[in-house]
Amino acid sequence: MRIVAKGLTYVYNPKSPFATQALKGVDLTIEEGEFFGIIGHTGSGKSTFVQHLNALIRLTGGELKIGDYDLADKKCKVLELRSKVGMVFQYPEYQLFAETVKKDVGFGLKNFRKGISEEEADAAIREALRVAGIDYDEVAEKSPFELSGGQRRRVAIAGVIVTKPEVLILDEPAAGLDPLGKKELMELLHAIHGQWCKTVVIVSHDMDEIAENCTHAAVFSEGRVALCGTPKEIFSRGDELAAMGLGVPVTARAAQIMRGRGYAVNTDFTCDDFVNKVLALYRAENAAGAPAGGTHKESAGGAGDAE
Amino acid sequence: MEEFTTVSEAAEEGVPAQAEAPVPAVRFENVKYTYDDDEEGTVFAVNGVTLTIRAGEFVAVLGRNGSGKSTLAKLINALLRPTEGKVTVFGLDTADAKKAFEIRKSAGMVFQNPDNQTVASVVEDDVAFGPENIGVPREEIGERITAALEAVGMTEFRHATPSRLSGGQKQRIAIAGVLAIQPKIMILDESTAMLDPKGRREVMDVVKKLNKEQGMTVILITHFMEEALEAERAVVMHRGEVVMDGTPEEIFARADELETYNLTLPRAAYICRRLQEAGMPVGNAFNAEELAEAICASLQKG
Repeated sequence: MRIVAKGLTYVYNPKSPFATQALKGVDLTIEEGEFFGIIGHTGSGKSTFVQHLNALIRLTGGELKIGDYDLADKKCKVLELRSKVGMVFQYPEYQLFAETVKKDVGFGLKNFRKGISEEEADAAIREALRVAGIDYDEVAEKSPFELSGGQRRRVAIAGVIVTKPEVLILDEPAAGLDPLGKKELMELLHAIHGQWCKTVVIVSHDMDEIAENCTHAAVFSEGRVALCGTPKEIFSRGDELAAMGLGVPVTARAAQIMRGRGYAVNTDFTCDDFVNKVLALYRAENAAGAPAGGTHKESAGGAGDAE
Repeated sequence: MEEFTTVSEAAEEGVPAQAEAPVPAVRFENVKYTYDDDEEGTVFAVNGVTLTIRAGEFVAVLGRNGSGKSTLAKLINALLRPTEGKVTVFGLDTADAKKAFEIRKSAGMVFQNPDNQTVASVVEDDVAFGPENIGVPREEIGERITAALEAVGMTEFRHATPSRLSGGQKQRIAIAGVLAIQPKIMILDESTAMLDPKGRREVMDVVKKLNKEQGMTVILITHFMEEALEAERAVVMHRGEVVMDGTPEEIFARADELETYNLTLPRAAYICRRLQEAGMPVGNAFNAEELAEAICASLQKG
């Protein structure tokens, strides 16, 4: 499902002294199959935007189409849409409530698909837990509160993917986890992206996370999309991001400083690529440096300060 | 005259100097703590920790979830009492129930979720909650609020509603609430985990300032390796034990060891290490600026 927003606006507490315009005309297209990143400050409108995507916030201004669902249409089948656009909130483990993991994961499923048979539901729950990296036989009958924090978050994600949504949206999915937990969670999202949900959208403050994982990203600022493109395109514009009070990945910052010193690193800002490009630069310098001298700076793509 | 100083005299001189050594802010002596009373197969959340934190130190505590970091923190301000061993805070034994009140006054704690730590609907009332509870006279409470809000840079929000503040601002109010009790130790238990980068920066700046300007002892529990770099000392916990202890730079130089405790390097240090492993002679770097420097220096030599 392709997501297309045009001129999306939204005002909280309209016609009151507390009225605040959270969205001031958002134009954004998210193609099917993307691993899409949404970046922006607290208050930039990004959460308001993603809550529109499964109609938690109803459209009040502008256009929004999710696949064939037109949210401007009063007759839009919202419940059906919600089963196809899964939403995982921040710290979703705090939203677990049922007595057993199985009941918790099955809750959304049974609401979206009334009259689903026990066997069918059980198979879907089993499958969702498997994808989320949780052993069904071990935890299905346990209380969610007996699990570790990391496991609980996975259970919460299973409870959303159990309806097999085509689009999965996650708000700060890795927040609060330790470094290894973060890494494992991002691996899980890639696994889900590959085999389960066609499109994954993450909201994140972590620029390194966006650079490492996303195919495209949008930067929200003051209720609008200020920048949109591949992480490479976005993080090449460090000055504009800085003006919005946002940072860049470590790789982008380092590349920016190196460029100032006459060393151009043409990288997509993932760690792997950055390391490879720097090593290539180093080898080119060494290979050219020993015999010939003179022209070796050309391979670095910039006039150097070697002399 | 100095030449005649004998070894024994020097040693004697050393004794009073040692006796006068300042009381450490926190001392753990072979401390164990378990959450279950079950005698058999007891799992210790903190398992034999011996650790001294000097007054005025800024210590980061690192470790995976479940490594015992939070238990360690709660043992310091007597929310928990050791199952075995002894914890003293400025010389006061936390096992002594009569001292608990005084210990908690000297060791304030800021938790993870800013929304769970607000008790009042106006900022100044929220900050006043602590001092009111310990019986600070009314006139003095006002002064303390003023000082605390100033220290965290939130003076202009004195009459604001906490629920309308950003996460970083709420955490600074939580810190002000602790400051109003005038503690000597500030413990932050993943207090930046739920904040955005701007909020995290705000909190870190406040904490560093308190440490530098007021000599506050700071114990910062965090999952952000970059934050640990701002401390003067880092302690790594693993399965309830302190397994590494040194400057953050020393800790992060021992990457292989760190990996066995399931911790990662700050990203710049990680990239640096990858380059070194591939045979590029780059110096150590812990942030983007140092990384760029190290790479440029290495390229120039090449």
